[in-house]
This record gives sequence, C-alpha cells and structure tokens, in this order.
Amino acid sequence: MRATVKLFAQLRAGRFKVEEIQIPEQTRVKDVVEGLDIPPEEVAICLVNGHDTGSESVIQNGDTVALFPSIGG
Amino acid sequence: MKIYRINMSNLSSTIEEVPDEWRLMGGRALTSAIVAKEVDPACNPLGSKNKLVFAPGLLTGTMAANSGRLSVGSKSPLTGGIKESNAGGTAAQRFAKLGVKALIIEGIPPGDKYYCVHVHKDGVNIKEETELLDKGNYEVIKTLTDRYGENTGVMTIGQAGEYKMSAANISVKDPKGHIRSAGRGGLGAVMGSKKIKFITLDDNDGAGIEIADKEAFKNAAKIFNKGLLSHPVSGDALPKYGTDVLVNILNEAGGLPTKNFRRGNFAGAEKISGETMYDTIMERKGDPTHGCHVGCVIRCSQTYNDKNNKYLTSGFEYETIWGFGAGCEVDDLDIIATADHECDDIGLDSIEMAVTMQTAMEAGVISFGDGPGILKLLGEVKEGTPLGRILGNGASFTGKAYGLTRVATVKNQAIPAYDPRSVKGVGVTYATTPMGADHTAGYAVTANILKVGGFVDPLQKEGQIELSRNLQVATTFIDSCGLCIFVAFAVLDSGDVAQAMVDMVNAQYGTKSSIGDWFELGRTTLQTEKEFNRAAGLTSKDDRLPEFFSEEVPPHNAIWDFTNQELDSVLPF
Ligand code: SF4
Repeated sequence: MRATVKLFAQLRAGRFKVEEIQIPEQTRVKDVVEGLDIPPEEVAICLVNGHDTGSESVIQNGDTVALFPSIGG
Repeated sequence: MKIYRINMSNLSSTIEEVPDEWRLMGGRALTSAIVAKEVDPACNPLGSKNKLVFAPGLLTGTMAANSGRLSVGSKSPLTGGIKESNAGGTAAQRFAKLGVKALIIEGIPPGDKYYCVHVHKDGVNIKEETELLDKGNYEVIKTLTDRYGENTGVMTIGQAGEYKMSAANISVKDPKGHIRSAGRGGLGAVMGSKKIKFITLDDNDGAGIEIADKEAFKNAAKIFNKGLLSHPVSGDALPKYGTDVLVNILNEAGGLPTKNFRRGNFAGAEKISGETMYDTIMERKGDPTHGCHVGCVIRCSQTYNDKNNKYLTSGFEYETIWGFGAGCEVDDLDIIATADHECDDIGLDSIEMAVTMQTAMEAGVISFGDGPGILKLLGEVKEGTPLGRILGNGASFTGKAYGLTRVATVKNQAIPAYDPRSVKGVGVTYATTPMGADHTAGYAVTANILKVGGFVDPLQKEGQIELSRNLQVATTFIDSCGLCIFVAFAVLDSGDVAQAMVDMVNAQYGTKSSIGDWFELGRTTLQTEKEFNRAAGLTSKDDRLPEFFSEEVPPHNAIWDFTNQELDSVLPF
C-alpha cells in the first residue's frame, strides 16, 4: 500500500516536507510516526485526508497523512 | 486614575475622576461601557455625536506578561454598531503609566483645519497640524520620533483615515518604530472625522500604577509568565513561525478560503506558509521573533525583509497573508508583504482590504491571481481616486458598487481567514459577535483545528454554539485586561494559568472575585454591546452569514447549516 506523508513546522527538521511511503495493511497513524522516529508527544495534530482522526486510525491505500506539532496563531 | 476628555468642537479638554462604575473596568469593557453610556446609538458615526475612546486594559502597565494592549472604541462607520478594536504598540502602557484610564474624544472642530494631540502628565495639548497631512503612517512615525524622541508613543491615521474610509485603521507605533494597528471597523475614519492626524504620548513623571497587594501580584505574574512560556504554542511555535504557521494546517484541514471562498485549499499554500516565511526571513537577515510591545514574552511578530535585505514589513499576520494570498490566488509572499506594508502605511485594515480585493476580482476589476493588480488598486486607494474611494470603504461597499452577491461580510465587516463551513465554530462567532465578522472575538479555531482547550470536530455542528459562546465571554474579559489574545492558548489549557490571570487582577485592584465573577464582566460587556447595536438598528437578521455560504465548499463539501434559532441562542441577551 502507498500513502503520502506530509510534515510541518518543527517536525520537518532533519526529515522532509512530503514523501510517498510504502506501508503494510493495517498500518496506523502512530506506526508511521514511530517509523519516522518522531517522539509521539511531539505530534499534536494528525489529519488523514483532512480529517482529524486521531493517531490510532488505520491508513488506507492512497491516504494523505499530515502531521503537525502544537501550533497556533 | 483619571479620565482625560477632549472636546474638539471648541478644542478644550478636562481631567475627570473615574466614576465608581468604571473603576473595575479596562480595555474593551471600559470602551464599550463609555460608548454605550455617552454615544447616541442612532448617530452618524462620522458626525459630531460620535466619540472615540482609548483605554488601556486592567493589567496594562504592570509586569503582567503580554498586558500592553490598547482598546479603541466607538460607533463603527463600517458596521453601524459598537466597535472595539485592539492593538499592541507603544500607546497603552503610556496611558497606564500616566494614570489615564481612558481618553475620550468628542465633537468635531468647525472649519477645515487638522490637529494633533499630545498627551502628558498634566493633560493634553491640542495644536493645529499642517506638516504631516496627506502623509503615510511610516513617515508620520519617523518624523514624530525625530521630533519628540524614541520614547514617545504615537497613534496616527494615514490617508485612508483622512478620507474617512470605512476600512481606515488607527496605527500605533511599535517599539522598533514599525506599525501595529487597531485595524477593524473603520476607527481611523472616526479619528479623521474629528480632524486629528495623530496623538503622541509622553509618560514622563506619570502617576504610575497602583497595586493593592504587590507580593500577591508578583507571585501570580510569575505563574502567568511561566505558563505562557511553557505552553508549546505560545512558547515555541508562535515565536518561531508567527501566526502564518496556520496556512498549512488550515490548507490541510480544508478550511483555507481560496478564490473568494470557493475552495478550502490552495495549490500555492506552501509558498505563502509560515515555514516558507521563516526560511525567507532567515535568508534575508530579518528577524523572525519580535514583540509588538514591551513585556510581550510570546513575540509572534517579525521583521520581513525584501530581496535586498531591506525592511519591507512587520506584524505580518496569517490573516493578511491568507487574504491577499489564498483568497486572491496569489502565491508570491513578497507581493503580499508589499500589500501589507502599503495597508499599514495608508492606514487600512489589511483583512478588510484583502477581502475587498477578492471582491474586486469577483467583479472583474482585476483577475484572480493578479498580485501586481492588487498593489495598483491599493495605489488608487492612497490617491483617493473614485475607484480607490469605493475600495477603501470595504468589501460590502465594493460588492454593492458592482452588484455582487458573493461578498464575504457580516454586519458589513469582512470575514477573515477560516472558512465558516469547514471551521464551523468560528463561523458561529462571525455571525453572532456584536463586532461584525471577527475571528478574534471567539476564536473557536483553537478547539476546532488546533486541539487547544479540547476538541470539537470542525465539520460537525455539535458543540459549536457552546464553544463560541464560552470563548466570546472569556475573550471579552481577556480584551478588558489588555492582554493579548494569544495568552488564551495557555489559559484554555491550564486552570493554573487562568487562575493566575484572575489573581493578578484581584491583587492589583484589591478584589477577591472568582474566575466566574470576572468572566461575568465579559458577559455584561457583550450584553451592553448587543443593546447598543439593537438601539442602533441592528437586528437578529444581522447575525447571519451571507447566503452564498449555503453552497458546498470543497474538499469536504461542507455547508453552513445552522438554523436562525441556533444562532440566536449563542448570546441570548
Ligand atoms: S504575541 Fe504577538 S500580538 Fe501578542 S502581544 Fe506579542 S507580538 Fe503582540
């Protein structure tokens, strides 16, 4: 399965802005976070296809996962 | 503390004792109380019966972090209702240190002469002004700083205020001589109608600030300060990226209004995002982190340089970047920064003007994506050409001039940077705040998108009415303290920080009120504002979004689906 991962703000440091990844079925958002070596507490908001689904949600083929630290304005 | 009162009809002034009923008010609570008591709600906002009121907050001038905001109140020429607009800069703390609880300006001088006002420890001086007429705000501030020294506070209007345009703001000099603005609602036009080009403030030998229990104040201020710095939003994200960090998240969440509210995402978002802005600032030797007033510990402002590393603008906010950017389909940050600079210089609310440009594009005056066209139209506003005078009166006026229905305003005030269909909580605020569309009046983006103060799904109706109501009440209190709205992230997430905020007020004024009691001040202020609006002729029909928001907005195909009854239940008084 493929998914697009987008990182924002401080989460980009030493990583990337956007990348396509290959993942097995049943991969959850938190597994992706772990795979990128991001401490889970640094991720405040995860959007899957623009919906705030939480880190437990299972990613489907072709999904876009956007990860944000705590931000505001 | 004192009230300074100026009557421009005969150029006289008085110093008055503060009536008991106003003693425990500041900022928005005070400006709204004074306007409600002294201004005929039916008056012409640009006529002699309207008044212009300046007030520092309850905590302004103290060591409380982020407490240096100034409230400006009046009847708004844009909305036709009551207005409070607040700004950072160098004025509020000087009022507080002079022991001035409010400056009330009334009347209109006969004849064509313009004046300037100097505020100091013994009162005010009113003098004729000729040299700086027709000048932009940057030149006014520079000239006055040369004339009176670095330490002088300045509030000024640009050409827009002199033309009495409904998008005219009041600009306040910041600690670096740059510009902060009491932006919304056309208060610059009211100042222009009173024939005042600028007001300077000298706080030398001022009466100072009385604090009933200094020790208790210090302790609470420490907790408050620490709370702001340890919250990840106010401690990390805002200082580094500024408010423009919101472009990418609103874009991803489908709430970034694009092409005059046709879509919720913009292909050029990354190019105008906070991340790109940060890299650009660093590359060009600007400054990503700057406070708009002394004592701000969050420092969300910045200095943005042009390609030649020369100063271009500061206080470069998400809402402005959204409006001239995604809203107009312009993905060039330098053009947007130039538009921001021009708005500051001409003295225009950059949110109102950005939505006005979207409206002008809708009308075909220029086309979507035409960045240089925006700058050309701002030039027309500055010159005061007939087209410029239409645009300078805001989005509603421009929409009417061109026979449009797709005009994003509530109570004639432009809707800012969050689509109300896909960030529904803030939509409820746009519709129902007595101020006209204003995100800061009840910033539900916190719980809808940023997961601060809980989570309420932005695409569902459930919980939004309550969320907006609670935030509107709390915000009115924060505005009354003279605190920057960005303290709210820590206040919403931590009971200790909220308590510390209230403890500071209690320690300063010798009161023992609870959080609930103080928030009651927020509620009564909202009530006062709504009563003024009703007497001014606004009805519940004005608490609605424009019809076109019943269209679906991609990518989530969200619609605006609140009933009138639901909206009328938000502030049911
Ligand atoms: S956080 Fe930003 S807006 Fe608030 S007081 Fe500081 S610089 Fe001004």
